[in-house]
Amino acid sequence: MSDIATNNAAVLAEQQTNDGKTLFGFWAYIMTDCLLFASLFATYAVLHGNTAGGESGRDLFSLPYILVETFALLTSSFTCGLAMLAANRHAKRQTALWLGITFALGLVFLVMELTEFGRLAREGNGWQRSGFLSSYFTLVGTHGLHITIGLVWMAALASRVWLKGFTRATLRRLSMFSLFWHFLDIVWIFIFTIVYMLGAA
Amino acid sequence: MEEVSSNVVHATLPRKQASLSGYINGFILSIIFTVWAYVATTHHTWTHNKLIAALLVLASAQFLVQVFFFLHIGHETKPRWKLLLLVMMVIFVLILVLGSIWIMNNLNYRMTPDQMNTYMLKQDGGI
Repeated sequence: MSDIATNNAAVLAEQQTNDGKTLFGFWAYIMTDCLLFASLFATYAVLHGNTAGGESGRDLFSLPYILVETFALLTSSFTCGLAMLAANRHAKRQTALWLGITFALGLVFLVMELTEFGRLAREGNGWQRSGFLSSYFTLVGTHGLHITIGLVWMAALASRVWLKGFTRATLRRLSMFSLFWHFLDIVWIFIFTIVYMLGAA
Repeated sequence: MEEVSSNVVHATLPRKQASLSGYINGFILSIIFTVWAYVATTHHTWTHNKLIAALLVLASAQFLVQVFFFLHIGHETKPRWKLLLLVMMVIFVLILVLGSIWIMNNLNYRMTPDQMNTYMLKQDGGI
């Protein structure tokens, strides 16, 4: 009896170490992704004054709109955490519920962002207008692309949880996804501050 | 038998570092910092330089809050590889961003219209 127990413990310990390695590898990916964003932030910082005679960020962006967008993403980061807590308790319905809310808020954020992009482009302030707008669309658009990928990933994970329940692999993927989603919220803090708040200051 | 193995499972599952109160604290602090930054920007009570400094401090504070409460960086056991990578990343990002701003502003500053004229004239054949 104690043999089986020791064996179980050994197997579990090994699986845990492997999961830890996978999560650390994913963390390393996220940290290098930060460098991609850093170069886009640097480009934006250098080019934000080069409006080629066009309007600057102060005139183009509506701050209340951005605040609502920010709250949608921030809240989705929070509900993603709640989904993780539910998953750790193996509470399937709650996990699905919180993931659903996270997905909906992420979608609200993405739709608001694309609406704003569309408005800017229609008003003749597309990415080809000036250096400032090129760097703006590249920076914010890259973040939006990450969000889009996150939404697809989230949908796949939620259906997996719903159909197969909590396997070890699903829990590991959920942990990786929550790292990714929180990371996107952190990048947005800096887009919010540097592009929108400092742009209006 | 059943009991023993379930005890073993319990003992070896990773200790849950995440807690509900942690997420709630992180969420509330993030909202406070976001609204603070927003109000400071829309109500022009501060001077321009003070506002810029305040916004950067608020963003850094919110970054730390989310790294601690949402990504659970402070809860890692030794060796703290994730923290190490994070610190490296922050250093790289600062070098990349501040370095670019510094160099490009410096270039901008040195390229005064006068200097550009002289330079272009010289290129044209040294008049």
